[in-house]
Amino acid sequence: MSYLQVQQLTKSFGPVNVLKQVDFSVEPGEVHALLGVNGAGKSTLVKILSGDYEKDGGTILVNGEDVHFTAPADSQRKGIAIVVQEVDTALIQNLSVAENVTLDITVEGKNLKPISWRKRKQLAEERLEKVQTQIPLNRLVEDCSLSEKQMILLARAIASNAKLIIFDEPTAPLSENETAKLFHVISELKKQGIAMIYISHRMNEIHQIADRMTIMRDGKVVAVHQSGAVSTEEIIQTMLGRQLHKADYQQRGFSSKIALEVKGLEVPETNKTIDLSVRSGEILGIAGLVGAGKSETANALFGASGAKGDWSVKGKKQTIKNPRHAVKAGISFIPEERRKSGILIDFSVQENLSLPALESYTRAGWISRSKEKTTALDQIKELGIVASSPKALLKHLSGGNQQKVSIGKWLNRDSDVFIFDEPTKGIDVGAKNDVFRLITSLADQGKGIIYFTSEFDELLQIADRILVMADGEIVDEVTNQEATQERLMTAATGGNADETAQYQRLSAAGHHQ
Amino acid sequence: MKQLNISDYPQQDTISKKERIVNFFMKFGTILALALIILIFSLTNEQFLTYGNITEILRSISIVTLVAIGVTFSMIVGGFDLSVGSTVSLATVASGALLVWYSQELLVVLIVPLILGALIGLLNAFITVKIRIPDLIGTLAVMYIINGVHLTYTKGYSIYSNMPLPDGSGTAPGIFIPAFQFIGQGEIFNIPFPVILMVVIVALVHLFLQYTRAGRLFYITGGNKEAARLSGVPVNRYRTYAYVISGVFAALAGIVLAARIGTGQVSAGDPLLMDGVAAALIGYSVFGAGKPNVIGTFIGAIIIGILLNGLTMMNVPYYAQDIIKGGILVGALALTYFRKKD
Repeated sequence: MSYLQVQQLTKSFGPVNVLKQVDFSVEPGEVHALLGVNGAGKSTLVKILSGDYEKDGGTILVNGEDVHFTAPADSQRKGIAIVVQEVDTALIQNLSVAENVTLDITVEGKNLKPISWRKRKQLAEERLEKVQTQIPLNRLVEDCSLSEKQMILLARAIASNAKLIIFDEPTAPLSENETAKLFHVISELKKQGIAMIYISHRMNEIHQIADRMTIMRDGKVVAVHQSGAVSTEEIIQTMLGRQLHKADYQQRGFSSKIALEVKGLEVPETNKTIDLSVRSGEILGIAGLVGAGKSETANALFGASGAKGDWSVKGKKQTIKNPRHAVKAGISFIPEERRKSGILIDFSVQENLSLPALESYTRAGWISRSKEKTTALDQIKELGIVASSPKALLKHLSGGNQQKVSIGKWLNRDSDVFIFDEPTKGIDVGAKNDVFRLITSLADQGKGIIYFTSEFDELLQIADRILVMADGEIVDEVTNQEATQERLMTAATGGNADETAQYQRLSAAGHHQ
Repeated sequence: MKQLNISDYPQQDTISKKERIVNFFMKFGTILALALIILIFSLTNEQFLTYGNITEILRSISIVTLVAIGVTFSMIVGGFDLSVGSTVSLATVASGALLVWYSQELLVVLIVPLILGALIGLLNAFITVKIRIPDLIGTLAVMYIINGVHLTYTKGYSIYSNMPLPDGSGTAPGIFIPAFQFIGQGEIFNIPFPVILMVVIVALVHLFLQYTRAGRLFYITGGNKEAARLSGVPVNRYRTYAYVISGVFAALAGIVLAARIGTGQVSAGDPLLMDGVAAALIGYSVFGAGKPNVIGTFIGAIIIGILLNGLTMMNVPYYAQDIIKGGILVGALALTYFRKKD
């Protein structure tokens, strides 16, 4: 009998149906992969199973018993544990490893009962042994590596007598050795009859570890396969569905002059080295899944993380050690975390818009507020920013309008290169089209555009050339004409890009004959 | 959902009457409180609204205001300078020592303490910006160091004209020269010089912060350090400037204090730290600014000064006055933070 059986599960947020009659099951001792592109409904399903969200309809049977979870504690009581992707949210940073591993005892113990640290450490050690991990017990969690933190979570999950463990993208931050170790632990758990749900984008891992897989698309389960029964190409095809029509990309002409060339860029967070160049008027897309190192690379390109490398802008060598140097060299950057690093939410629209080019509003140190205001009014009109006045505070604007300000502020500088990191994140369709139009018009003015995103269809729509990034490295390069969602996805999930290209050339040739 | 819409499109007609009243008090509450205090004191004491008493109040707050302006700068960039009180003390004994022990010229007596203040600012910046110790803790440590330094230098003695030298080798050669004392005690057209100094500086700093590029960048740095950095603002440089300015203003306050009392009093700056911080914090609420600003700081200092003056006239003992000072601070901060969501 299945340990977990989900039948006709539905969930909606407002008018949006996120899960549509989902059926799903996991057997004891089975590793069941859950696959799907961003927004397919994987996270929602998992959050319902772990008690984060309440289901709207359908039944969940755990060990044959009909359950309804309203809080994470309900789910834990039924033997379901989750190793979350954001490990830091589940751990207490300033407590020791021993305390974190045995946190359940602290939480459930009696308030005034003295804690026996000797026993606690002994227990922690036993628990860590079960996941074949040794971490100094007195070390603070904040000093642990990501892989160690994951193992602490896993040790805690096993100690809670979990019969079903959910892994959400566990290998994204791990090195090859750490991944191998995790897989070893998973196969041990399998022998003990523990059921596991495994979410990942990495195809070779799925083939290696999963027994079965469920593929979701648009809130529905579209296929359930035995592992090994289908090829990577078929899986990706199923994940993407039939929406493979070429987006409305229009062939654009651009100059042969290089706008930005970066050689030997050592990205500190990923420990990888990147070379790339973009021509004047070209939109260069960089496609990568979440965790592929896109933001890290984008920040490094802008000098925000002190990366080493050789920059040249329009053929001129530049030393870039911080964002200030980059701005002076003619590079603009629209970061992913808008509210955190793109705009100042407590400041007005006009103060945000004038910031990067403040000296052009300034005479002998004095700001011309009237010039600041008229320029802001022009930009509000030009970019279609919805704001009550140039004095409106950014925190009162919607996400899309904030993003327009985040881009618009750079338009007052005559930059040669624009770097965008996930520019459509959290904005609605109308604003998205405005942002696209803006990016295209910048390119038409001869700017070099570098566009980082995990939304591959956006790149098919707008990018002239696409680089695919996985694990911090460029693994594939295609022109828009050659690019398909499958090829990008295959390369991004660690599939063999050359093989894919060959496969596609062959299949294309097959069509023509 | 309805709430969301309101914050998305702030329009006057969607705001209820109750909200309008709350908004009014958040904007003008502090000014109203000031008016009320003046009204009560002038009704209970006929001496209160005389020219002599008003100039006395302004003179008494001039030193606190200078300290508070420095604190305001550190707060604008998102920091906090706890070392200003000890910097005042150091500047006071430094100018006293230069006058009394070394018989120095006016210019030297002014410049040396100001340089000391700037150096303390650089030390604060080094500790908080370079070593990255949190501002509150880092400047607390500097406060102790500077306090110790100025007490060690004078061996714990205050400095006054022709004092016996601490090492017992006779009397000190110098005195507090009249030119120096003018800074604290002089008058121009019947207005005390420190009051003129204060008003001019408040006006200049206000113009600087509101209308110059550098002033804007101080605010931007404090508003969102990361966004400022990614917009090409040299945020660490501006944080350093803020601490240096804070140190210089504290030193200036120390000079005025020494000139006012005519001695180099040890630990004279201690009470000024908390009054300066209080004035700057009350300033947040003035005209609903919600952020540090120099006009607000000035009004904060006036409120504190008037309270102390009026309560003294009403024979409230000085130790009880702190209770009221604290109460005013809570009230002003409540106006700023109450309903501040996000």
